Amino acid sequence: MANEIEKQVEELEKKIKQLQKREAKDQISIIAFSGDLDKMLAAMIIATGARAMDTEVKMFFTFWGTTMLRDPKKSGKGKNFMSKMFGCMLPKGSTKLKLSKLNMCGMGTAMLKGLMKKKGVPSLEELIKVAGELGVEINVCEMSMDLMGFKREEMIDYPNLKYVGVGSYLADADESRIQLFI
Amino acid sequence: MEDLTKIVADLVIDARGTACPGPLLAAKKAIGEIESGEIMEILSADEGTKHDIPRWCDKIGHEFLGFTDLDSYTRLFLRKA
Repeated sequence: MANEIEKQVEELEKKIKQLQKREAKDQISIIAFSGDLDKMLAAMIIATGARAMDTEVKMFFTFWGTTMLRDPKKSGKGKNFMSKMFGCMLPKGSTKLKLSKLNMCGMGTAMLKGLMKKKGVPSLEELIKVAGELGVEINVCEMSMDLMGFKREEMIDYPNLKYVGVGSYLADADESRIQLFI
Repeated sequence: MEDLTKIVADLVIDARGTACPGPLLAAKKAIGEIESGEIMEILSADEGTKHDIPRWCDKIGHEFLGFTDLDSYTRLFLRKA
């Protein structure tokens, strides 16, 4: 009898250990896909807010999202014609992003930026800086970079930036309690 | 509940110039400057802060002592865990 109980306890302990391994961490995983000013603002506000709440943050920048990470002062070398075209047509960095609604040839975007300043809402540039200070991890989709023709040397200086693939995103998402696609 | 008007905070953070997420980020930054058991006061003109700071305290473990509304801003008090 005692033997059996011991056996059961042992099995339960094993099971608990397995479950603990599968338990999601206090971590948020955000896919930054859109590259629209309003949506990237939301993503960065959530990311910095999460760090303030002591939650780990893993961001995955892909497709149009990668444009936010371009440094307007830098340029990539050895681009072919198509890459140059893409580079020209896409926003060069966070300051060049447009609203997803009411952009009105840039008028809406300018108006929103003015309003944000007046109301003390941090700008996207400030949020990116704070995110770096707070340890928000930024992972960039290598494939998107390649597709858009962006080079690593033209991206912003950010303390926690890595170039990864979808596998890394999935691994991060798998262990995160919160998932967002923005 | 302590009488909030009589509290003398060890550190006062003025976050009245910023909107969400400014006050929360300011609180997070400043909390490192005080010792466990000391009191921090946050001044905020952002309505959401009244809901955010108690939730933040709840999660991190600080004791939220309450808030008082003034004409144009709110004073929030917490004791560091």
